[in-house]
Amino acid sequence: MVPFAGWEMPVQYKGIVDEHKAVRGSVGVFDISHMGQFLLEGRGAEAFLNRALTNNVSKLASGQGQYSLLLNANGGVIDDLIVYRLSEREFFLVVNASKIDEDRAQLESLGFGEDVQFADISAQMGGIAVQGPKSREVFAAVFGYEASFPEHNTIFVSVTNSGVLYLCGTGYTGEEGFEFFAPASGIRDWFAKLNSAAHDQGGMPCALGARDTLRLEMGYPLNGNDLAPDKTPLQAGLGFFVDFEKGDFVGREALLAQKAAGLPTKLTGFHMTSQSPPPRAHYAVWYEGAQVAEVCSGGMSPTLSQGIGMAYLPLAASKLGTAIEIEIRGKRYAAETVKKPFYHKQPVTP
Amino acid sequence: MSNVPDNFRYRESHEWIDPQTGAVGISDHAQHELTDVVFVELPKVGMHVVTGQQVAVVESVKAASDIYAPVSGEIVAINETLTDNPALLNTDPHVAGWIFKLKMTEPEELEALMDAVAYRAHIA
Repeated sequence: MVPFAGWEMPVQYKGIVDEHKAVRGSVGVFDISHMGQFLLEGRGAEAFLNRALTNNVSKLASGQGQYSLLLNANGGVIDDLIVYRLSEREFFLVVNASKIDEDRAQLESLGFGEDVQFADISAQMGGIAVQGPKSREVFAAVFGYEASFPEHNTIFVSVTNSGVLYLCGTGYTGEEGFEFFAPASGIRDWFAKLNSAAHDQGGMPCALGARDTLRLEMGYPLNGNDLAPDKTPLQAGLGFFVDFEKGDFVGREALLAQKAAGLPTKLTGFHMTSQSPPPRAHYAVWYEGAQVAEVCSGGMSPTLSQGIGMAYLPLAASKLGTAIEIEIRGKRYAAETVKKPFYHKQPVTP
Repeated sequence: MSNVPDNFRYRESHEWIDPQTGAVGISDHAQHELTDVVFVELPKVGMHVVTGQQVAVVESVKAASDIYAPVSGEIVAINETLTDNPALLNTDPHVAGWIFKLKMTEPEELEALMDAVAYRAHIA
Protein backbone atom coordinates (compact mmCIF):
# COMPACT_ATOMS: atom_id res chain seq x y z
CA MET A 1 0.00 0.00 0.00
CA VAL A 2 1.17 3.53 -0.73
CA PRO A 3 -0.20 6.89 0.35
CA PHE A 4 -1.93 8.52 -2.62
CA ALA A 5 -3.81 11.83 -2.33
CA GLY A 6 -4.70 11.08 1.27
CA TRP A 7 -5.71 7.48 0.53
CA GLU A 8 -3.92 4.25 1.22
CA MET A 9 -3.93 2.46 -2.11
CA PRO A 10 -2.36 -0.69 -3.47
CA VAL A 11 0.24 -0.38 -6.25
CA GLN A 12 -0.49 -3.89 -7.40
CA TYR A 13 -2.56 -6.95 -6.63
CA LYS A 14 -1.18 -9.81 -8.71
CA GLY A 15 1.53 -7.76 -10.40
CA ILE A 16 1.63 -4.71 -12.64
CA VAL A 17 2.41 -6.57 -15.86
CA ASP A 18 -0.26 -9.25 -15.33
CA GLU A 19 -2.83 -6.60 -14.49
CA HIS A 20 -1.79 -4.45 -17.44
CA LYS A 21 -2.09 -7.38 -19.84
CA ALA A 22 -5.48 -8.33 -18.41
CA VAL A 23 -6.80 -4.86 -19.34
CA ARG A 24 -5.32 -5.01 -22.85
CA GLY A 25 -6.47 -8.59 -23.41
CA SER A 26 -9.66 -9.10 -21.41
CA VAL A 27 -10.74 -6.86 -18.55
CA GLY A 28 -9.52 -5.21 -15.34
CA VAL A 29 -11.40 -3.72 -12.40
CA PHE A 30 -9.98 -0.65 -10.63
CA ASP A 31 -11.05 0.92 -7.36
CA ILE A 32 -11.22 4.64 -8.16
CA SER A 33 -13.01 5.72 -5.01
CA HIS A 34 -10.31 8.32 -4.41
CA MET A 35 -11.52 10.42 -7.35
CA GLY A 36 -13.62 13.52 -6.68
CA GLN A 37 -17.12 14.38 -7.87
CA PHE A 38 -18.86 17.75 -7.99
CA LEU A 39 -22.45 18.55 -8.87
CA LEU A 40 -23.37 21.94 -10.30
CA GLU A 41 -26.90 22.93 -11.05
CA GLY A 42 -29.01 25.93 -11.72
CA ARG A 43 -29.86 28.46 -14.35
CA GLY A 44 -26.32 29.78 -14.38
CA ALA A 45 -24.44 26.46 -14.30
CA GLU A 46 -23.72 26.29 -18.03
CA ALA A 47 -22.38 29.84 -18.22
CA PHE A 48 -20.39 29.33 -15.02
CA LEU A 49 -18.67 26.21 -16.32
CA ASN A 50 -17.90 27.87 -19.63
CA ARG A 51 -16.18 30.63 -17.69
CA ALA A 52 -14.31 28.25 -15.37
CA LEU A 53 -13.24 25.54 -17.85
CA THR A 54 -11.49 25.49 -21.23
CA ASN A 55 -13.88 23.27 -23.18
CA ASN A 56 -17.37 24.35 -24.27
CA VAL A 57 -20.10 22.68 -22.19
CA SER A 58 -22.75 24.22 -24.47
CA LYS A 59 -21.77 21.57 -27.01
CA LEU A 60 -22.96 18.83 -24.66
CA ALA A 61 -26.43 17.37 -24.99
CA SER A 62 -27.93 15.80 -21.87
CA GLY A 63 -26.12 12.56 -21.16
CA GLN A 64 -22.89 13.60 -22.87
CA GLY A 65 -19.49 14.33 -21.36
CA GLN A 66 -16.21 15.96 -22.40
CA TYR A 67 -12.66 16.25 -21.21
CA SER A 68 -11.83 19.74 -19.96
CA LEU A 69 -9.29 21.74 -18.01
CA LEU A 70 -9.46 24.06 -15.05
CA LEU A 71 -6.81 26.77 -15.43
CA ASN A 72 -5.35 29.50 -13.31
CA ALA A 73 -5.21 33.08 -14.61
CA ASN A 74 -1.79 32.41 -16.14
CA GLY A 75 -3.20 29.63 -18.27
CA GLY A 76 -1.52 26.95 -16.14
CA VAL A 77 -3.31 23.73 -15.36
CA ILE A 78 -4.93 23.32 -11.96
CA ASP A 79 -6.70 20.12 -12.95
CA ASP A 80 -7.95 18.05 -15.84
CA LEU A 81 -11.42 16.61 -15.47
CA ILE A 82 -14.48 15.20 -17.18
CA VAL A 83 -17.67 17.23 -17.20
CA TYR A 84 -21.01 15.57 -17.96
CA ARG A 85 -24.29 17.25 -18.68
CA LEU A 86 -27.02 15.40 -16.79
CA SER A 87 -29.82 17.71 -17.92
CA GLU A 88 -30.15 21.24 -19.20
CA ARG A 89 -29.18 22.75 -15.85
CA GLU A 90 -27.30 19.92 -14.14
CA PHE A 91 -23.63 19.01 -14.50
CA PHE A 92 -21.50 16.26 -12.96
CA LEU A 93 -17.72 16.71 -12.75
CA VAL A 94 -15.16 14.02 -12.09
CA VAL A 95 -11.87 15.46 -10.84
CA ASN A 96 -8.50 14.18 -9.60
CA ALA A 97 -8.30 13.05 -5.98
CA SER A 98 -5.24 15.13 -5.21
CA LYS A 99 -6.90 18.30 -6.54
CA ILE A 100 -10.37 18.19 -4.99
CA ASP A 101 -9.68 21.00 -2.52
CA GLU A 102 -7.81 23.17 -5.01
CA ASP A 103 -10.51 22.69 -7.64
CA ARG A 104 -13.25 23.58 -5.21
CA ALA A 105 -11.36 26.66 -4.03
CA GLN A 106 -10.80 27.81 -7.61
CA LEU A 107 -14.49 27.37 -8.51
CA GLU A 108 -15.57 29.13 -5.31
CA SER A 109 -13.22 32.01 -6.05
CA LEU A 110 -15.05 32.62 -9.31
CA GLY A 111 -18.30 33.15 -7.38
CA PHE A 112 -21.20 30.77 -7.93
CA GLY A 113 -23.79 33.48 -7.42
CA GLU A 114 -27.47 32.81 -6.87
CA ASP A 115 -27.95 30.87 -10.07
CA VAL A 116 -25.47 28.07 -9.40
CA GLN A 117 -25.74 25.47 -6.66
CA PHE A 118 -22.51 23.63 -6.03
CA ALA A 119 -21.99 20.39 -4.11
CA ASP A 120 -18.78 18.47 -3.50
CA ILE A 121 -19.97 14.85 -3.11
CA SER A 122 -16.47 13.33 -3.25
CA ALA A 123 -16.53 12.05 0.32
CA GLN A 124 -19.85 10.24 -0.04
CA MET A 125 -19.05 8.59 -3.37
CA GLY A 126 -16.97 5.58 -4.24
CA GLY A 127 -16.02 4.59 -7.75
CA ILE A 128 -14.95 1.66 -9.88
CA ALA A 129 -13.49 1.54 -13.38
CA VAL A 130 -13.96 -1.51 -15.57
CA GLN A 131 -11.61 -1.43 -18.54
CA GLY A 132 -10.79 -3.81 -21.36
CA PRO A 133 -12.28 -5.50 -24.40
CA LYS A 134 -14.51 -7.65 -22.16
CA SER A 135 -16.03 -4.66 -20.34
CA ARG A 136 -19.39 -5.08 -22.04
CA GLU A 137 -19.67 -8.67 -20.87
CA VAL A 138 -18.88 -7.61 -17.30
CA PHE A 139 -21.40 -4.80 -17.52
CA ALA A 140 -24.14 -7.12 -18.74
CA ALA A 141 -23.38 -9.76 -16.12
CA VAL A 142 -23.66 -7.23 -13.28
CA PHE A 143 -26.27 -4.75 -14.50
CA GLY A 144 -28.38 -7.09 -16.64
CA TYR A 145 -28.46 -7.67 -20.36
CA GLU A 146 -31.25 -5.13 -20.84
CA ALA A 147 -29.23 -2.30 -19.23
CA SER A 148 -27.60 -0.03 -21.78
CA PHE A 149 -23.83 0.15 -21.76
CA PRO A 150 -22.62 3.75 -21.52
CA GLU A 151 -21.03 4.53 -24.87
CA HIS A 152 -17.86 6.60 -25.05
CA ASN A 153 -18.20 10.00 -23.31
CA THR A 154 -21.79 9.45 -22.23
CA ILE A 155 -23.32 9.18 -18.80
CA PHE A 156 -26.30 7.27 -17.55
CA VAL A 157 -27.77 8.04 -14.15
CA SER A 158 -29.69 5.33 -12.36
CA VAL A 159 -31.63 5.88 -9.16
CA THR A 160 -31.65 2.69 -7.12
CA ASN A 161 -32.58 1.64 -3.59
CA SER A 162 -28.96 2.06 -2.57
CA GLY A 163 -28.66 5.59 -3.99
CA VAL A 164 -27.75 7.27 -7.26
CA LEU A 165 -25.41 5.46 -9.65
CA TYR A 166 -23.50 7.44 -12.25
CA LEU A 167 -22.45 5.17 -15.13
CA CYS A 168 -19.90 6.82 -17.39
CA GLY A 169 -18.42 5.71 -20.68
CA THR A 170 -14.92 6.84 -19.86
CA GLY A 171 -11.59 5.46 -18.78
CA TYR A 172 -7.88 6.06 -18.53
CA THR A 173 -6.47 3.03 -20.30
CA GLY A 174 -7.25 3.40 -24.00
CA GLU A 175 -9.54 0.38 -23.86
CA GLU A 176 -13.27 0.23 -24.07
CA GLY A 177 -14.85 0.39 -20.66
CA PHE A 178 -16.87 2.30 -18.13
CA GLU A 179 -16.40 4.05 -14.82
CA PHE A 180 -19.13 4.19 -12.31
CA PHE A 181 -19.67 6.13 -9.14
CA ALA A 182 -22.00 5.09 -6.35
CA PRO A 183 -22.49 5.79 -2.64
CA ALA A 184 -19.33 4.72 -0.82
CA SER A 185 -21.29 2.46 1.55
CA GLY A 186 -22.05 0.05 -1.27
CA ILE A 187 -18.79 0.19 -3.20
CA ARG A 188 -17.21 -2.87 -1.58
CA ASP A 189 -20.12 -5.03 -2.76
CA TRP A 190 -19.95 -3.57 -6.26
CA PHE A 191 -16.21 -4.22 -6.37
CA ALA A 192 -16.78 -7.87 -5.42
CA LYS A 193 -19.58 -8.31 -7.98
CA LEU A 194 -17.66 -6.68 -10.81
CA ASN A 195 -14.52 -8.64 -9.99
CA SER A 196 -16.41 -11.89 -9.98
CA ALA A 197 -17.87 -11.04 -13.40
CA ALA A 198 -14.41 -9.95 -14.60
CA HIS A 199 -12.89 -13.19 -13.34
CA ASP A 200 -15.37 -15.14 -15.50
CA GLN A 201 -13.98 -13.23 -18.50
CA GLY A 202 -10.35 -13.92 -17.63
CA GLY A 203 -9.91 -10.55 -15.95
CA MET A 204 -8.65 -9.45 -12.54
CA PRO A 205 -8.55 -6.57 -10.06
CA CYS A 206 -6.00 -3.91 -11.02
CA ALA A 207 -4.26 -1.25 -8.96
CA LEU A 208 -2.44 2.07 -9.35
CA GLY A 209 0.67 0.59 -10.94
CA ALA A 210 -1.19 -0.83 -13.93
CA ARG A 211 -3.36 2.28 -14.15
CA ASP A 212 -0.15 4.25 -14.61
CA THR A 213 1.46 2.00 -17.23
CA LEU A 214 -1.81 1.76 -19.18
CA ARG A 215 -2.38 5.51 -19.33
CA LEU A 216 1.28 6.14 -20.12
CA GLU A 217 1.15 3.81 -23.14
CA MET A 218 -1.71 5.97 -24.41
CA GLY A 219 0.23 9.18 -23.72
CA TYR A 220 -2.54 10.37 -21.40
CA PRO A 221 -1.23 13.03 -19.02
CA LEU A 222 -1.30 12.52 -15.27
CA ASN A 223 -1.89 15.72 -13.35
CA GLY A 224 1.03 16.38 -11.02
CA ASN A 225 3.43 14.60 -13.38
CA ASP A 226 2.59 15.86 -16.85
CA LEU A 227 0.29 18.75 -16.04
CA ALA A 228 1.30 21.58 -13.75
CA PRO A 229 0.29 25.11 -12.78
CA ASP A 230 3.22 26.50 -14.78
CA LYS A 231 2.39 24.58 -17.97
CA THR A 232 -0.51 25.40 -20.27
CA PRO A 233 -2.77 22.92 -22.06
CA LEU A 234 -1.27 24.17 -25.33
CA GLN A 235 2.17 23.01 -24.17
CA ALA A 236 0.63 19.75 -22.99
CA GLY A 237 -0.81 19.12 -26.45
CA LEU A 238 -4.38 19.51 -25.20
CA GLY A 239 -5.36 22.43 -27.44
CA PHE A 240 -8.21 20.33 -28.79
CA PHE A 241 -9.95 20.73 -25.43
CA VAL A 242 -9.66 24.53 -25.41
CA ASP A 243 -12.45 26.48 -27.12
CA PHE A 244 -11.31 30.04 -27.82
CA GLU A 245 -14.52 30.82 -29.67
CA LYS A 246 -16.96 30.34 -26.81
CA GLY A 247 -16.20 33.60 -25.03
CA ASP A 248 -14.04 34.45 -22.06
CA PHE A 249 -12.73 31.82 -19.65
CA VAL A 250 -10.07 31.79 -16.97
CA GLY A 251 -6.65 31.65 -18.61
CA ARG A 252 -7.85 32.54 -22.11
CA GLU A 253 -5.84 35.72 -22.42
CA ALA A 254 -2.66 34.03 -21.25
CA LEU A 255 -3.17 31.19 -23.71
CA LEU A 256 -3.72 33.58 -26.60
CA ALA A 257 -0.56 35.46 -25.63
CA GLN A 258 1.38 32.22 -25.52
CA LYS A 259 -0.02 31.19 -28.87
CA ALA A 260 1.08 34.50 -30.38
CA ALA A 261 4.55 34.32 -28.82
CA GLY A 262 5.07 30.64 -29.63
CA LEU A 263 5.24 27.74 -27.22
CA PRO A 264 8.43 27.59 -25.14
CA THR A 265 8.21 23.82 -24.66
CA LYS A 266 5.95 20.99 -25.67
CA LEU A 267 5.05 17.77 -23.86
CA THR A 268 6.73 15.22 -26.08
CA GLY A 269 6.77 11.45 -26.09
CA PHE A 270 10.02 9.50 -26.34
CA HIS A 271 11.16 5.92 -26.28
CA MET A 272 14.49 4.43 -25.38
CA THR A 273 16.47 3.23 -28.40
CA SER A 274 19.06 1.20 -26.55
CA GLN A 275 18.94 -1.32 -23.74
CA SER A 276 18.44 0.77 -20.62
CA PRO A 277 16.81 0.93 -17.25
CA PRO A 278 13.23 2.23 -17.47
CA PRO A 279 13.11 6.03 -17.67
CA ARG A 280 11.35 7.43 -14.61
CA ALA A 281 9.98 10.78 -13.48
CA HIS A 282 12.57 13.52 -12.76
CA TYR A 283 15.42 11.94 -14.70
CA ALA A 284 17.33 14.55 -16.68
CA VAL A 285 16.76 14.83 -20.43
CA TRP A 286 19.70 15.85 -22.62
CA TYR A 287 19.62 17.31 -26.11
CA GLU A 288 22.67 18.40 -28.11
CA GLY A 289 24.94 18.22 -25.10
CA ALA A 290 22.78 20.22 -22.71
CA GLN A 291 20.26 19.26 -20.09
CA VAL A 292 16.96 20.62 -21.40
CA ALA A 293 14.24 19.02 -19.28
CA GLU A 294 13.19 16.43 -16.76
CA VAL A 295 11.13 13.34 -17.49
CA CYS A 296 7.53 13.97 -16.36
CA SER A 297 6.24 10.42 -16.63
CA GLY A 298 8.19 7.39 -17.64
CA GLY A 299 8.38 3.66 -17.30
CA MET A 300 8.67 0.33 -18.97
CA SER A 301 5.79 -0.27 -21.35
CA PRO A 302 4.52 -3.78 -20.64
CA THR A 303 2.93 -4.08 -24.09
CA LEU A 304 5.90 -2.74 -26.06
CA SER A 305 8.61 -4.05 -23.68
CA GLN A 306 10.36 -0.73 -24.10
CA GLY A 307 11.09 2.27 -21.94
CA ILE A 308 8.74 5.15 -22.76
CA GLY A 309 8.14 8.58 -21.30
CA MET A 310 7.12 12.19 -21.76
CA ALA A 311 8.91 15.47 -21.12
CA TYR A 312 8.43 19.17 -21.85
CA LEU A 313 11.06 19.68 -24.53
CA PRO A 314 12.13 22.85 -26.33
CA LEU A 315 10.43 22.95 -29.74
CA ALA A 316 13.63 22.08 -31.61
CA ALA A 317 13.95 18.86 -29.65
CA SER A 318 10.27 18.00 -29.75
CA LYS A 319 10.30 17.29 -33.49
CA LEU A 320 9.53 13.61 -34.10
CA GLY A 321 12.58 11.43 -34.49
CA THR A 322 14.94 13.75 -32.59
CA ALA A 323 17.78 12.00 -30.79
CA ILE A 324 17.81 12.80 -27.06
CA GLU A 325 19.37 11.17 -24.02
CA ILE A 326 17.95 10.24 -20.65
CA GLU A 327 20.33 10.37 -17.69
CA ILE A 328 19.87 7.45 -15.33
CA ARG A 329 22.12 7.21 -12.28
CA GLY A 330 24.81 9.33 -13.87
CA LYS A 331 24.83 7.57 -17.23
CA ARG A 332 23.13 8.81 -20.39
CA TYR A 333 21.07 6.42 -22.50
CA ALA A 334 19.92 7.03 -26.07
CA ALA A 335 16.28 7.84 -26.73
CA GLU A 336 14.24 9.29 -29.57
CA THR A 337 11.13 11.46 -29.65
CA VAL A 338 8.05 9.67 -30.97
CA LYS A 339 4.41 10.30 -31.64
CA LYS A 340 1.83 9.60 -28.96
CA PRO A 341 0.06 7.34 -28.24
CA PHE A 342 2.91 4.89 -27.82
CA TYR A 343 0.51 2.00 -28.08
CA HIS A 344 -1.95 1.40 -30.90
CA LYS A 345 -4.65 -1.14 -30.45
CA GLN A 346 -4.25 -3.98 -32.93
CA PRO A 347 -7.28 -4.39 -35.16
CA VAL A 348 -9.16 -7.52 -34.21
CA THR A 349 -8.59 -10.20 -36.82
CA PRO A 350 -11.50 -12.59 -37.23
CA MET B 1 4.92 -19.45 0.10
CA SER B 2 8.37 -18.20 -0.62
CA ASN B 3 11.16 -20.63 -1.24
CA VAL B 4 14.04 -20.11 1.26
CA PRO B 5 17.02 -22.41 0.59
CA ASP B 6 18.55 -23.76 3.83
CA ASN B 7 22.18 -23.38 2.76
CA PHE B 8 22.06 -19.62 2.10
CA ARG B 9 22.51 -16.61 4.38
CA TYR B 10 20.21 -13.59 4.10
CA ARG B 11 20.39 -9.86 4.54
CA GLU B 12 17.44 -7.91 5.95
CA SER B 13 17.12 -6.12 2.60
CA HIS B 14 16.44 -9.54 0.98
CA GLU B 15 19.76 -10.37 -0.67
CA TRP B 16 20.97 -13.95 -0.32
CA ILE B 17 24.56 -15.18 -0.39
CA ASP B 18 25.71 -18.72 -0.94
CA PRO B 19 28.58 -19.17 1.57
CA GLN B 20 30.07 -21.95 -0.59
CA THR B 21 30.38 -20.00 -3.85
CA GLY B 22 30.02 -16.36 -2.77
CA ALA B 23 27.13 -15.94 -5.23
CA VAL B 24 24.66 -13.17 -4.35
CA GLY B 25 21.11 -12.63 -5.53
CA ILE B 26 17.70 -11.55 -4.33
CA SER B 27 15.34 -13.82 -2.46
CA ASP B 28 12.24 -15.44 -3.84
CA HIS B 29 10.26 -13.24 -1.46
CA ALA B 30 11.93 -10.11 -2.89
CA GLN B 31 11.29 -11.05 -6.52
CA HIS B 32 7.70 -11.78 -5.66
CA GLU B 33 7.29 -8.33 -4.10
CA LEU B 34 9.04 -6.57 -6.98
CA THR B 35 7.40 -8.60 -9.76
CA ASP B 36 8.44 -8.29 -13.38
CA VAL B 37 12.13 -7.42 -13.24
CA VAL B 38 12.97 -5.53 -16.44
CA PHE B 39 16.56 -4.41 -15.95
CA VAL B 40 19.58 -5.32 -13.84
CA GLU B 41 22.48 -2.91 -13.49
CA LEU B 42 25.52 -5.07 -12.77
CA PRO B 43 28.67 -4.03 -10.90
CA LYS B 44 32.14 -4.17 -12.43
CA VAL B 45 34.33 -7.21 -11.89
CA GLY B 46 37.31 -6.35 -9.68
CA MET B 47 35.39 -3.86 -7.56
CA HIS B 48 36.09 -4.06 -3.83
CA VAL B 49 32.98 -3.66 -1.71
CA VAL B 50 32.20 -3.50 1.98
CA THR B 51 29.20 -4.83 3.83
CA GLY B 52 26.11 -2.80 3.09
CA GLN B 53 27.58 -1.02 0.08
CA GLN B 54 25.19 -0.50 -2.82
CA VAL B 55 26.47 -2.74 -5.58
CA ALA B 56 23.75 -3.31 -8.17
CA VAL B 57 20.29 -2.07 -9.11
CA VAL B 58 17.29 -4.22 -9.91
CA GLU B 59 14.53 -2.42 -11.79
CA SER B 60 11.03 -3.77 -11.97
CA VAL B 61 8.10 -2.12 -13.70
CA LYS B 62 7.20 -0.85 -10.26
CA ALA B 63 10.43 0.63 -8.94
CA ALA B 64 14.22 0.68 -8.87
CA SER B 65 15.72 -1.24 -5.94
CA ASP B 66 19.31 -1.03 -4.73
CA ILE B 67 21.13 -4.28 -4.08
CA TYR B 68 23.64 -4.24 -1.22
CA ALA B 69 26.73 -6.33 -0.56
CA PRO B 70 25.83 -8.81 2.20
CA VAL B 71 29.51 -9.12 3.18
CA SER B 72 32.79 -7.47 2.22
CA GLY B 73 34.86 -8.74 -0.66
CA GLU B 74 35.89 -8.42 -4.26
CA ILE B 75 33.45 -8.84 -7.14
CA VAL B 76 34.93 -11.73 -9.10
CA ALA B 77 32.07 -12.50 -11.48
CA ILE B 78 28.84 -10.97 -12.73
CA ASN B 79 25.91 -12.73 -14.33
CA GLU B 80 25.83 -11.18 -17.78
CA THR B 81 22.91 -13.32 -18.92
CA LEU B 82 20.75 -10.99 -16.82
CA THR B 83 21.40 -8.17 -19.28
CA ASP B 84 19.34 -9.92 -21.93
CA ASN B 85 17.14 -11.90 -19.57
CA PRO B 86 16.46 -9.91 -16.39
CA ALA B 87 13.32 -12.00 -15.83
CA LEU B 88 15.62 -14.81 -14.57
CA LEU B 89 15.39 -12.99 -11.24
CA ASN B 90 11.70 -13.81 -11.21
CA THR B 91 11.79 -17.30 -12.65
CA ASP B 92 14.88 -18.69 -10.90
CA PRO B 93 16.06 -16.23 -8.22
CA HIS B 94 18.29 -18.70 -6.33
CA VAL B 95 20.13 -20.42 -9.16
CA ALA B 96 20.16 -18.91 -12.67
CA GLY B 97 19.25 -15.49 -11.25
CA TRP B 98 22.47 -14.93 -9.27
CA ILE B 99 23.69 -11.35 -9.78
CA PHE B 100 27.37 -11.32 -8.80
CA LYS B 101 29.97 -13.43 -7.00
CA LEU B 102 32.05 -12.18 -4.10
CA LYS B 103 35.45 -13.39 -3.01
CA MET B 104 34.90 -12.75 0.68
CA THR B 105 37.58 -10.86 2.55
CA GLU B 106 35.84 -11.09 5.93
CA PRO B 107 34.04 -14.45 5.90
CA GLU B 108 33.20 -14.06 9.59
CA GLU B 109 30.72 -11.37 8.51
CA LEU B 110 28.48 -14.24 7.37
CA GLU B 111 27.68 -14.84 11.03
CA ALA B 112 25.90 -11.48 11.21
CA LEU B 113 23.50 -12.51 8.43
CA MET B 114 20.27 -14.42 8.96
CA ASP B 115 20.10 -18.12 8.41
CA ALA B 116 17.12 -19.66 6.60
CA VAL B 117 15.11 -20.09 9.80
CA ALA B 118 15.58 -16.47 10.83
CA TYR B 119 14.87 -15.21 7.31
CA ARG B 120 11.64 -17.22 7.11
CA ALA B 121 10.57 -15.49 10.33
CA HIS B 122 11.71 -12.12 8.92
CA ILE B 123 9.42 -12.36 5.89
CA ALA B 124 6.52 -14.09 7.64
